[in-house]
Amino acid sequence: MRITLNVWRQKNAQDKGGFEKYDAPNVSEDMSFLEMLDVVNEGLISAGKDPIAFDHDCREGICGMCGFMISGVAHGPESGTTVCQLHMRKFKDGDELWLEPWRAKAFPVLRDLTVDRSAFDRIIASGGFVSVHTGSAIDGNAIAVPKPAADLAMDAAACIGCGACVAACPNASASLFTSAKISHLALLPQGQPERDRRAINMVERMNAEGFGHCTNIGECEAVCPKEIKIENIARMNRDYICASFKDRPAVARLAD
Amino acid sequence: MKLDARIPEGPIEQKWDSHRFKMKLVNPANKRKFTVIVVGTGLAGGAAAATLAELGYNVKAFCFQDSPRRAHSIAAQGGINAAKNYQNDGDSIYRLFYDTVKGGDYRAREANVYRLAQVSVNIIDQCVAQGVPFAREYGGVLANRSFGGAQVSRTFYARGQTGQQLLIGAYQALERQIGLGKVEMHSRSEMLDLVIVDGVARGIVTRDLVSGKVETHLADAVVLGTGGYGNVFFLSTNAKGSNATAVWRAHKHGALFGNPCYTQIHPTCIPVSGDYQSKLTLMSESLRNDGRVWVPLKAGDKRAPGDIPVAERDYYLERRYPSFGNLVPRDVASRAAKAVCDEGRGVGPGGLGVYLDFADAIKRLGANTVAERYGNLFQMYERITGEDPYKVPMRIYPAVHYTMGGLWVDYNLMTTVPGLYAIGEANFSDHGANRLGASALMQGLADGYFILPYTIGDYLASTKLAPIDANHAAVKAAEARVNERTNKLLSIKGKRTADSFHRELGKLMWDNCGMGRNKTGLESNLRRIPELRAEFWQNLSVPGTGNELNKELEKAGRVADFLELGELMCRDALDREESCGGHFREEHQTPDGEAARDDEKFAYAAAWEWKGEGQAPVMHKESLNFDYVHPTQRSYK
Ligand SMILES: Cc1cc2nc3c(=O)[nH]c(=O)nc-3n(C[C@H](O)[C@H](O)[C@H](O)COP(=O)(O)OP(=O)(O)OC[C@H]3O[C@@H](n4cnc5c(N)ncnc54)[C@H](O)[C@@H]3O)c2cc1C
Ligand code: SF4
Ligand code: FES
Repeated sequence: MRITLNVWRQKNAQDKGGFEKYDAPNVSEDMSFLEMLDVVNEGLISAGKDPIAFDHDCREGICGMCGFMISGVAHGPESGTTVCQLHMRKFKDGDELWLEPWRAKAFPVLRDLTVDRSAFDRIIASGGFVSVHTGSAIDGNAIAVPKPAADLAMDAAACIGCGACVAACPNASASLFTSAKISHLALLPQGQPERDRRAINMVERMNAEGFGHCTNIGECEAVCPKEIKIENIARMNRDYICASFKDRPAVARLAD
Repeated sequence: MKLDARIPEGPIEQKWDSHRFKMKLVNPANKRKFTVIVVGTGLAGGAAAATLAELGYNVKAFCFQDSPRRAHSIAAQGGINAAKNYQNDGDSIYRLFYDTVKGGDYRAREANVYRLAQVSVNIIDQCVAQGVPFAREYGGVLANRSFGGAQVSRTFYARGQTGQQLLIGAYQALERQIGLGKVEMHSRSEMLDLVIVDGVARGIVTRDLVSGKVETHLADAVVLGTGGYGNVFFLSTNAKGSNATAVWRAHKHGALFGNPCYTQIHPTCIPVSGDYQSKLTLMSESLRNDGRVWVPLKAGDKRAPGDIPVAERDYYLERRYPSFGNLVPRDVASRAAKAVCDEGRGVGPGGLGVYLDFADAIKRLGANTVAERYGNLFQMYERITGEDPYKVPMRIYPAVHYTMGGLWVDYNLMTTVPGLYAIGEANFSDHGANRLGASALMQGLADGYFILPYTIGDYLASTKLAPIDANHAAVKAAEARVNERTNKLLSIKGKRTADSFHRELGKLMWDNCGMGRNKTGLESNLRRIPELRAEFWQNLSVPGTGNELNKELEKAGRVADFLELGELMCRDALDREESCGGHFREEHQTPDGEAARDDEKFAYAAAWEWKGEGQAPVMHKESLNFDYVHPTQRSYK
């Protein structure tokens, strides 16, 4: 099949950028979307032009490195799927597509479809962990975790940190990502000791990074390739409010 | 050069304990005076960086992805082994040790393997404490599954995303230390050279992958946790960015390369679909717990799988290996698949595939239980192939997956360059000639959490290092090498892309240094790879400049290194005139087609020394002694 691509080209963070049109004439339906772009890029290089820069690594939907908008939808049309796992059989001959990077103040564009998502790392660094030094753990089976809790925690922990939720949100909120981590740890006994300070520190960091506020639109859940549930945001809000009432921030800061 | 593995004296159960006692300690207050560079943030590097920082060292960590959480370890699916014996099925540290030495076809160092089995139990405890959501039973205790090469159930898992969850655990510990200011993290940063001062590793030169800036980082010791080199084959289950650059540059500075030819070919991957194929996707080995492998009994049988009656199917693993059945180790399962396809009994386009069938499991357990165990894998399979494995059997074929070879290290995980350590898949590891499933995650975390942080302290406490700064001649020289090479890659302005060279190299390696190897094929590779390399340096095309985000430049540098490493792999494979584990020399097989080892001549680890451009490398031997697990022909019948 033949696909027409309009791709956002931007040399670096300073460049203004704009769309350019490319033709992909011999696309097989068994190709992945990124394999289709590989072929386009080989053509560009042979013609002496700069290839399209896009992030990717595992190409198995697990590392969270890939991601861009395909005609306005983060990761493209197939639900629960990263762009590296999207295959061309989901498109038809003659389709014209628009590829754009994630757009959010907190995710500056580095080049073409590549953005800087390091704000996510800083949110985790602010509290997305259990403070346990190597070597100080008790026996694994000494902490019994009810299976339903383990399963729910796993559902939340499946987040791959791709940033699609931010890109899809009209407010560019990072609430789905942040709440997935807060929930993962809040649902487990191991996460209890730091539960309050974690919620407060992570939510405050998220706001400081320039992400917008959540107004319950739900676009994030719709595009999330790991189907992270919006109920995590409710859990985060509850934890944040409870912790604020207990005024743990002051306690947490004293402890630091 | 004399190789000294520094294996501690004493009975195997006591070696690690007595070594830990004898090693020098760095006084807690002095730890902050030392800086350690950790390249790589996978399970090995991430765990090491976090643990060293917890201990009080200053750590500088590096990865080429945009976040440390994306290291290739994230893709591991099936699980991690540990000798917990929670299932009360007869497991023990000794049994895990025994299975690993045997599974490695008696080509691993016993003392290291025993230590690995010992610390395996601590790993699970540590990960649980971090909040890794391992699978649980209804009673709240940890669940286990079985993996190939073992008759006990000792594999811990988090759905089909075990690597992801373990890595996120290590990443969170790392981020905590970054937040506390103990780790300085450099993402999108690629190590391109090593700084050696007075014969000792003191730093690295990196390229910032966004700005192109070349930078030097100095330290008191350097740790490489940069993963495996399976991407030599172009098509593998590794992430696209996985590469050998860091270890190869270290090799060229004197770090010997151990057993480069030991490659693991994984039996259960989705077959190739076209020549645009960019990578291969693994279907976890855990599927073999419930899936049955078969091909039609008759060659050329083109009927749909459902139309082939049971009597006309060959469940060849169950037939050939009645006691292990579908759970034979990977090397055995891969070769058996190749054998039936070579007989013309392969299925799917091109006849390069075998069925992995869940119909019986679905009948026995119900679709829901099967979905709970493997749902995400089934979904992934369907996305890629467009076929529903709940209805038709999966088609699978072996693919390159893991490299047992890597930088040679002693018992302390130090390479032959003092102050340079290699951990995780980057070292030549504890897996001998074949790694058992669920043991790489175990080894990466063992190295990172529990071994390196001790042994590096001994080095730092007992070595006097002169202060150096960025103006040192060795630093300037290393930077100059990096700039020169980058300029060279950019200035060729030829006609072929880095990928096209990489594909061609990969095909040579797969055809002649893959599942089956023989003298003629290897010799032909040893002629053709240098020719291909020469063409690369004359006809490569890299667009753009070095001062910007330039993915083609990154690729070109990695392919240049693969073109050298591939040759060494073939040389090692040619030299090893026996079959062992993943290394199958067609000239050396038993009458029923199993690998024929030659313990008289080849019970050693081959450690290769770089002798310079155009010079033949020199091999050094570390002879392997088996005082506990006595070599026999590995049998899974
Ligand atoms: C698909 C798949 C499934 C697997 N499943 C299992 C399983 O179920 N159980 C199991 O035990 N094992 C499994 N394995 C094997 C296991 O995942 C790996 O062997 C292991 O994770 C390697 O970890 P590592 O820390 O050594 O390296 P990696 O995780 O590969 O990390 C390498 C790190 O080094 C960095 N790096 C590399 N080069 C440079 C450079 N030049 N400069 C800067 N940084 C650099 C990278 O950025 C990365 O951070 C699987 C492997 C694959 C491919
Ligand atoms: S919540 Fe979903 S969309 Fe957001 S980062 Fe995680 S995986 Fe991506
Ligand atoms: S490339 Fe890893 S998730 Fe897409």
